[in-house]
Amino acid sequence: MSAHDGLPGDWILVVGLEVHVELATNTKLFSASPNRCGDEPNTNIDPVTLGLPGALPVLNEHAVELAMRIGLSLNCTVQACTFHRKNYFYPDMPKAYQISQYDQPLCVEGYLALPGGKHVGIERAHMEEDAGKSTHVGGSGGRVHGATHSLIDLNRAGVPLVEIVSKPDIRSAEEARQYVSELRAILVAIGASDAKMEEGSMRVDANVSVHKPGTPYGTRCEIKNVNSVRSVGRAIEYEARRQVEMIEAGEKVRQETRHWDENDGRTHTLRTKEDADDYRYFLEPDLVPVAPSHEWIQRVHAALPPLPAQRREHLAVMTGQSADSEAVMSVVERGQDHYVLAVGHLGGDTARALVYVKEAFADQGPDPAVPAIDIAGLTNLEVEGKVTATQAKAILADIIANGGGDAAAIAAAKGFEALDTGALESVVDQVIAEQADAWAKFCAGDGKAMGAIVGAVMKATQGKADGKLVTALLNQKKASRP
Amino acid sequence: MGIAETVAQVKSGAVKADFLFEQKLALIASRYTEIHAFNHVMADEARAAAVAVDEAVARGDDPGPLAGVTVALKDNMCTRGVPTTCSSKILEGWRPPYDGTVVSTLKTSGAIAIGKTNLDEFAMGSSTENSAFGPTRNPLDTNRVPGGSSGGSAASVAAGFSDVALGSDTGGSIRQPAALCGVVGVKPTYGYVSRYGLVAFASSLDQIGPFTTSVADAALMLDVIGGHDPLDSTSIPQAHPSLVDVLGQGVEGLRIGRITDLPEGADPDVQERLEVAFDALRAQGATIVDVQVPAFTFGLTAYYLIAPAEASSNLARYDGVRYGLRVEAADTNAMYGATREAGFGDEVKRRIMLGTYALSAGYYDAYYGKALKVRRLIHDDFDRAYQQADVLLTPTSPSVAFEIGSKGDNPLAMYLCDTYTIPTNLAGHPGMSVPYGTGAHGLPVGVQVLAGTLQEPTMFRVAASLERSLA
Repeated sequence: MSAHDGLPGDWILVVGLEVHVELATNTKLFSASPNRCGDEPNTNIDPVTLGLPGALPVLNEHAVELAMRIGLSLNCTVQACTFHRKNYFYPDMPKAYQISQYDQPLCVEGYLALPGGKHVGIERAHMEEDAGKSTHVGGSGGRVHGATHSLIDLNRAGVPLVEIVSKPDIRSAEEARQYVSELRAILVAIGASDAKMEEGSMRVDANVSVHKPGTPYGTRCEIKNVNSVRSVGRAIEYEARRQVEMIEAGEKVRQETRHWDENDGRTHTLRTKEDADDYRYFLEPDLVPVAPSHEWIQRVHAALPPLPAQRREHLAVMTGQSADSEAVMSVVERGQDHYVLAVGHLGGDTARALVYVKEAFADQGPDPAVPAIDIAGLTNLEVEGKVTATQAKAILADIIANGGGDAAAIAAAKGFEALDTGALESVVDQVIAEQADAWAKFCAGDGKAMGAIVGAVMKATQGKADGKLVTALLNQKKASRP
Repeated sequence: MGIAETVAQVKSGAVKADFLFEQKLALIASRYTEIHAFNHVMADEARAAAVAVDEAVARGDDPGPLAGVTVALKDNMCTRGVPTTCSSKILEGWRPPYDGTVVSTLKTSGAIAIGKTNLDEFAMGSSTENSAFGPTRNPLDTNRVPGGSSGGSAASVAAGFSDVALGSDTGGSIRQPAALCGVVGVKPTYGYVSRYGLVAFASSLDQIGPFTTSVADAALMLDVIGGHDPLDSTSIPQAHPSLVDVLGQGVEGLRIGRITDLPEGADPDVQERLEVAFDALRAQGATIVDVQVPAFTFGLTAYYLIAPAEASSNLARYDGVRYGLRVEAADTNAMYGATREAGFGDEVKRRIMLGTYALSAGYYDAYYGKALKVRRLIHDDFDRAYQQADVLLTPTSPSVAFEIGSKGDNPLAMYLCDTYTIPTNLAGHPGMSVPYGTGAHGLPVGVQVLAGTLQEPTMFRVAASLERSLA
């Protein structure tokens, strides 16, 4: 894919992302109600959440600390900050204003390094409260238009959010995907959020524009309702093409907010700049400025766990893989890298462990329910050639199903033993004799014929043969043919 | 009898709290509609509280520092299960599910919350004529206003309906009615008393304070209701020294400031009483010094941008959905409109519009932004003045109580009532009105004592000295 991300001609795509994440606090940003998803509607409420007359917000210190973790992980400066009121009237916002940060956010001027090394600038990361959840009933597709009534759940109202605003440094849909994945991995690693896009605890808005080299940035559109990493890419690709087509057709891109429709794969106008709200921001008089002390910032910084990039680098070195290989990326993303390393500490083979964990532990969390010592035993069995890769896979399945088990004992119980080379060679010779046609084709260069011969060897050995070894033997025999 | 004496008698068992309460209730009943101090009398709750105090005394338990003291609450303070209306139709029928911090503090102190007092709707006004439930009348002359917006609380104390009352002061709403009703009224330093449970008008200016018949009573009330509240982020964290303890310290050596560039407009009778006050303090050993507070004169205009701006935000939540009034209409948007149309009075609507405009894109810098700069100037000018003087003395109100209806058609004339009180709120400083004799028509005149942030002890020393000079 080109840097222009499939856009025709020399069009350049410019993307900035605004990511909202729900913080993993016990209580809400400004009250003691639980911050918990999935409870009975309107049960995690109190006078502050309900916006009752006379109620006042009190800032949750833990939320500030998590927001600081986010800022420091994104190489931001953490500074003294204030809260503003963003005034807008909507039924799931009971005070009729959102408490947010405006011109003095907690975190400013950082960057996120993509796995390939590119730095995407972070303009700011600020704290704000979430709104409640509206469910529109009776219309089409859950939209408010045409609905007969709306249900309001205020459990989410007041849940702490951090909005992370990138600079317009992203130049392709792929970079946007990488940015979101990497940000997500960081947020999970530092315990700031569970960052699940599908559940809405991480929400991405994309500011998209296109322009030609040497010209100013184009008019941007903000894309909302992007609910997965995959749709981030799809929505940006669609929107960029739409804008290019408009401009090439002599039309002008209007600055507007657009809604991504996952079903038809298009973006649709939500509101134009003209009917944008005037939020009448002013300093929230019910709160005081927050000035985290140098000591506090240092303490939070020092307590940060290793970030995904560092962990990938470490795992890559320990397993002999590259840091952006699929196995390393996905195992670190799942938080299972420490497990792979533990297998190594127990005398196992980390390279094999990486493969096992990547292949078989997708359903497991960061702490797989299998003793690492058992996996260590299995890697050694395979590395020493005592079982084949296929057999190891079967043993692994057995270990996982039973929550552990001694690999050697399972191998013995299953009658697994890798054939020694001599025994295997005689089986191979026998199969070549039986499958003369296939052998001739293979020797003539028909790669497909190899499959038939290997399959027959496997059958004859009841799967005890090492596939790689069989292939090597066949190639050797082909080369040394009279 | 001061409330300290009442508390002592109740604690000793010499007088029953229940007896004192029933006396007050009878007095309220005798002038209920004539004065209209109350929106709601909490007869049952108050009786139960009084009985509980007497039972505690009988058991030998400590009934609290305000045992048996009857308190009237401005009807913008949330009382659990008891209607809280802000004298607005929009909140009619709402019973808060929680007590504000001052209310729960009073309860645990043994005070008897006797009722909810009338006010200008959402505390917007200076006469208590602006109530959706009709005006309160001044107990000293029922053709006249009690001042506002805490007119019901001032009238309650002036008429003896309650020993004390609480009000809220955003631009003078405690001090001005105190002056017009001849009682003591204190607006403490912003953050001295928790605002949790006070229905917001202008959050950066609102402050709760007491109405009492004596300076000593006010000191005791503030000693009880003052202090840090973790539920109010703007409440001052450090502990306050006792004000009761400083009352006898006199003014010897204190510098009393006279603001030479004070905006004109005070009536001669009011001005005359202020001069008598200066003389009295001088006679007690204070020095009178001339100071200037140039930005004082801009207070009113800055206030009428900042307070409405905050109000426009604070009042946007009243939409008929969750509590209070709902006027049914064809669809939700029409319901919002109809509810607000019927629920808010003219003055409230006027200020919501003013405030919305002042904060709007394109106008913010010229209006709200400039008002904030003026606020800063006022603060700085006061700070300079307080380097030369320990307290400042001004009139509280430009005039004695005026007749009901006399300013009805002229909002600006009404706004001018608060010329001398507003700058204090903008600076966040304390101020109090001390009744100081009478002026025209034999009506009371109040003298205002102003001081710097957390200088309540000095302010109370001066107030107590003024009070003594009249005895």
